Amino acid sequence: RDRVSTQSTGKKSLEEIIKTQTGKAQSLAGQIWNHTFYWNALHPKGGGKPSGKIAEAIDKSFGSFDAFKKEFDDAATTHFGSGWAWLVRDDNNKLSVTSTHDGGNPLSEGKTPVLTIDVWEHAYYIDYRHDRASYVKAWWELVNWEWATQQLKH
Amino acid sequence: VSTQSTGAAYMYLQRVLFFLLLVFCISECVKFNLPQLPYAYSALEPFIKTETMRVHHSKHHAAYTSKLNLALNRAIELGHTELSNIPLERLLGELHKVPEEEGLRNSVRNNGGGYINHAHFWKAMRPYYPAGPEYSVIRPSLNSPLSNALQKDFGSFVQFQKEFNQSALNLFGSGWCFLFFDKADSKLKIQAFPNQDTPLMERNIPILGLDVWEHAYYLDYQNQRAKYIDAWWYLVNWEYIQSNYLPVIEILETKLEM
Repeated sequence: RDRVSTQSTGKKSLEEIIKTQTGKAQSLAGQIWNHTFYWNALHPKGGGKPSGKIAEAIDKSFGSFDAFKKEFDDAATTHFGSGWAWLVRDDNNKLSVTSTHDGGNPLSEGKTPVLTIDVWEHAYYIDYRHDRASYVKAWWELVNWEWATQQLKH
Repeated sequence: VSTQSTGAAYMYLQRVLFFLLLVFCISECVKFNLPQLPYAYSALEPFIKTETMRVHHSKHHAAYTSKLNLALNRAIELGHTELSNIPLERLLGELHKVPEEEGLRNSVRNNGGGYINHAHFWKAMRPYYPAGPEYSVIRPSLNSPLSNALQKDFGSFVQFQKEFNQSALNLFGSGWCFLFFDKADSKLKIQAFPNQDTPLMERNIPILGLDVWEHAYYLDYQNQRAKYIDAWWYLVNWEYIQSNYLPVIEILETKLEM
């Protein structure tokens, strides 16, 4: 039931699976996509405050960087169970914060990811145990603003 | 601001909030307490390590406890005073009685479920003593009502274990694998429940539950959930599990009398 049917022309892309399938196939495709995106959204030289287009978009959509940060922190720390917190955009580069459960991805709701943080316990348990808030705080030191800028519609 | 002072400030704030709530609803407040473990944090070694038990109990279970108290007392403060008279086991099967506003119903579902699931989880385990006859039991007594029921509904104990393992392993995300008695179908079943959901939500009777949230095993087994499950079987306290089955016996006897 969960097997993705491959048509004669070959494989579906991950994004297609995320947008069109349900159940285990969608979850697993989501997790592959989500993790790849997550690695890219981190950088050893990341962190600090954003500048340029992404900073403008944040100010326009949230009023201020601090307002955005608060909403993102809230979404990331209060999500119950496994999941992800996202900064997403629409076709007009209007940004918003959302979260998905387990292997969910905002693409299935027509939103385009800009940044993400993994809040499955495996992402932080060895380093922070139960203290997800400290992990989220540390994530801000690694956020890759260049990657986020690339996700905007140009 | 250091992590510790943030944590301490948060704890302090929670206590202040709780005190304020108490002031408002002295007579009708609920106060669930974090149950003590029946053994030391180190007692389940080497299957589950001390650090895991310490964090799991004193942080995770403790958080479910305090958040449950906050949610229920807030609902009571909003006028739903009958909530203080409903046992939590029953309330989880009657969640419509908890108001949805302020996320209270979700909070009672998640934190109430977390509170009860863990309260049972600690008792459902006991230290493993390979040398001691009474403590090395790794399955229910032959011909006990539970043993017979497992045979009837799964074919054999081994088959039950196989299905339980599969269900626990395949659970995606965070959740619990439960053996429970389904009242409607009058039989034992195995099912994976997401997050802190429980068979109590359908008013069924939980018999044996396994926590497969990553916090239950990540320090000890990392991603190797199968190894954690294998180890956990050595810790199952069959005496306690068999006592969970007693209400089922009552139900079945009542049915026979009808």
